[in-house]
Amino acid sequence: MIRSELVQKIADENPHLYQRDVERIVSTIFDEIIEAMARGDRVELRGFGAFSVKKRDARVGRNPRTGDSVQVEEKHVPFFKTGKLLRDRLNGKE
Amino acid sequence: MSEKTLTRMDLSEAVFREVGLSRNESATLVESVLQHMSDSLVKGEQVKISSFGTFSVRDKAARVGRNPKTGEEVPILPRRVLTFRPSHLMKERVAAGNKA
Repeated sequence: MIRSELVQKIADENPHLYQRDVERIVSTIFDEIIEAMARGDRVELRGFGAFSVKKRDARVGRNPRTGDSVQVEEKHVPFFKTGKLLRDRLNGKE
Repeated sequence: MSEKTLTRMDLSEAVFREVGLSRNESATLVESVLQHMSDSLVKGEQVKISSFGTFSVRDKAARVGRNPKTGEEVPILPRRVLTFRPSHLMKERVAAGNKA
């Protein structure tokens, strides 16, 4: 399923809403999650999963082509952990 | 870092603010988005949200695990797991926003 198919499903269920409003609703939800993580916050959606930010320490990396060592700075990366209900549903436990 | 935790409530508040639907309807819509995504994943589909990321379902084979405390061997059954691959945009915004 891609973003536009998700928008279509929500639009079909809500005939009183304009398509462009449904698009804004869907974008708002995903943008809000990204913005929260950009601030270093967590987003916990019970039953679905939780988005959080993990810190990766600075390290000495290597250029795979030349073998030269390069300093890689500390950085923060997005992380998702599946919620219990969804994990169970994926495995046929309803 | 502020380290707040947002929930469904904060997402529906954002929808209420941005789109101007009632709080009640905003909450219902947030729930249907999550529901459609979950249903699609349970069917074994990939969920690809452009400029957000991709959720995919992977099959894990059975293996022998070990209870780290007792050292006892325990069988781990084959199972399906969900992985999330963030988009470039998400990675960039998260890296930039949390820069020391």
